[in-house]
Amino acid sequence: MASEIKQGTLELVNHLPILQVITPMLIAPILVVLNNKTLSWLLSFLGALACLFISILLMQTVSDGSILTYYLGGWVPPIGIEYRIDAANSILLFLISIISAIVLIFSYSSLHAEIPEEKHTLFYSCFLLCLTGLLGVVATADIFNVFVFLEISSLSTYVLVAQGAYFDRRALSASFNYLIMGTIGATFFVIGIGYIYMATGSLNMMDIAERVSQIGDNRTIQAGFAFIVVGMGLKLAMIPLHVWLPNAYTYAPTVVTCFLAATATKVALYVLIRFVFSVFNYEDTFVNELFFLLLMPLAVVAMIAASVIAIFKQNLKKLLAYSSLAQIGYMLLGLSLMSQKGLSSSLVHMVNHGFTKAALFMSLGAFMLNTKNVYIKSLRGLGRSMPFTSGAFVIGGLSLIGVPGTAGFISKWLLLEAALETGYWLLAILIIVSSLFAVIYIWKIIEVLYFAESTETYSEVSVLTLMPIWILAFFCIFLGINTSLTVDVANMATEILFK
Amino acid sequence: MDSNLNFIYGHLPYWLFIILMLSGLFIVVSRGNLIKKIVGLNIFQTSVFMFYISIGKMKGGTAPILLDKSADNSAVIYSNPLPHVLILTAIVVGIATTALGLALIIKIREEYDSVEEDDIQKMDQKDLMKYNKKNVLETNS
Repeated sequence: MASEIKQGTLELVNHLPILQVITPMLIAPILVVLNNKTLSWLLSFLGALACLFISILLMQTVSDGSILTYYLGGWVPPIGIEYRIDAANSILLFLISIISAIVLIFSYSSLHAEIPEEKHTLFYSCFLLCLTGLLGVVATADIFNVFVFLEISSLSTYVLVAQGAYFDRRALSASFNYLIMGTIGATFFVIGIGYIYMATGSLNMMDIAERVSQIGDNRTIQAGFAFIVVGMGLKLAMIPLHVWLPNAYTYAPTVVTCFLAATATKVALYVLIRFVFSVFNYEDTFVNELFFLLLMPLAVVAMIAASVIAIFKQNLKKLLAYSSLAQIGYMLLGLSLMSQKGLSSSLVHMVNHGFTKAALFMSLGAFMLNTKNVYIKSLRGLGRSMPFTSGAFVIGGLSLIGVPGTAGFISKWLLLEAALETGYWLLAILIIVSSLFAVIYIWKIIEVLYFAESTETYSEVSVLTLMPIWILAFFCIFLGINTSLTVDVANMATEILFK
Repeated sequence: MDSNLNFIYGHLPYWLFIILMLSGLFIVVSRGNLIKKIVGLNIFQTSVFMFYISIGKMKGGTAPILLDKSADNSAVIYSNPLPHVLILTAIVVGIATTALGLALIIKIREEYDSVEEDDIQKMDQKDLMKYNKKNVLETNS
């Protein structure tokens, strides 16, 4: 496998890793200075498009298994900060950038329904900072830098969630709870980094990996790893640490919910994957036992329990939030199998679920634009008066269930294969049971959409609102038919991570 | 007994760090007042700052400044400056979190007229009931 490091020349491709992160960061303050609503939407959309373009270039560059590194300020690691792009994070960079671009198209028409116009500039600026943080977490190879970017994204997320207060005041308490839990998680993460630094004296991932393998069994490193798992568990909403998620997703503005559901938890999971494989030794018995005895049962509980809770929810945003928890369970399960197939299914599911959940939340947002209501009752008969939005919702729902021909099928199939390969046939059954629960709660919505008598008729939403929804719905189908974008890159990524 | 005492005394900064960390975490979990929660969070974070600073300290070490460039400095013992620099960043993050938390509390007080978690949860529950009653789908409709 080709593995070369490109460094030092002035070619544009060498500067892509840093451009990916600083493009939205530089635009954010400009928006505040310009203070113009339409212009700030346009600029942030262009910024997101630039990010998307850069991430596609990056993905092309590293898809052959090579690694692209960038030394900040020319300082060679382990002294300087290093950005390191390989197949594993290029796929995440692509997901984050494309979702942000699509969500921004949607925000043009939906934001004015939820947030007063004078706040729009600040909203977009905060959104871009959140984007910077998420992209930075994924791009960097310095563990303290991960913390800094994680906090940039989290702090702006708390603000974005609180913006829902113009619609429902419960957004404020949801955001406050998220702030408390998120900060505890981040602080646990810093303690973990402190322990690792104490034991190894380095902050660069590759350097730590080398030193950890020399040190061998060490209680300090193990304690550090445990702290990092708990800290990231809080951020990615692992089941007993998930309390912040349902309320934060429910009361945030739709645009924010779409963006967070598709990206934020995945980024935290990516950090966990990165730490397990690139920083610690994944063959270490401590790591293996931790994942096998702790994370795998929790993932299974998430899969089943969250799906069951989702069935009984009448508030659709809350229903989808609980279903997100179940899907996070799938991703954690794939990771905790500790096999190449399991990890690659986990990576593929991150991307597929990102598109699927964004499509669902966004079409729900389009319904809300008309009905001003998030309860299932308000959707009665909308399948006839809003056929295009409902169609996209159905496609997203099918992909969530994992019907063949949709994106969700590919990743669930890979996960099933991985579970059977390792011999846990009970897990395979539980995966199917959880999917059946998904059939129940998605069918419940579809039934109301198409077979209930409508009380009021609404006209279809505008083309500009429909476009992003259908782009996402298209991806739900496209990724189910053409898997070269996801599965091949994920396989390449697992090969690099398992090296 | 003597070795136990030595163990405790020798790791004194760590014991202090653990006590401070746990008391901070306990305040966050047990107090209902939102401002007290933020204060607890601050204590929790500060304990981590102290932990970082203590791991950089060397016995008899000086500040890491080159006083005489021409002389051989290899014998000079100095404290590791890197954890201190890291913690400067973490302090900034902590301040931002505190500021944001307090701003949220102001907004919460405007909307709920209370900063007690119990009251807010009760009001949230009441809101939920109100919305649910209006919007829950009857099974046979």
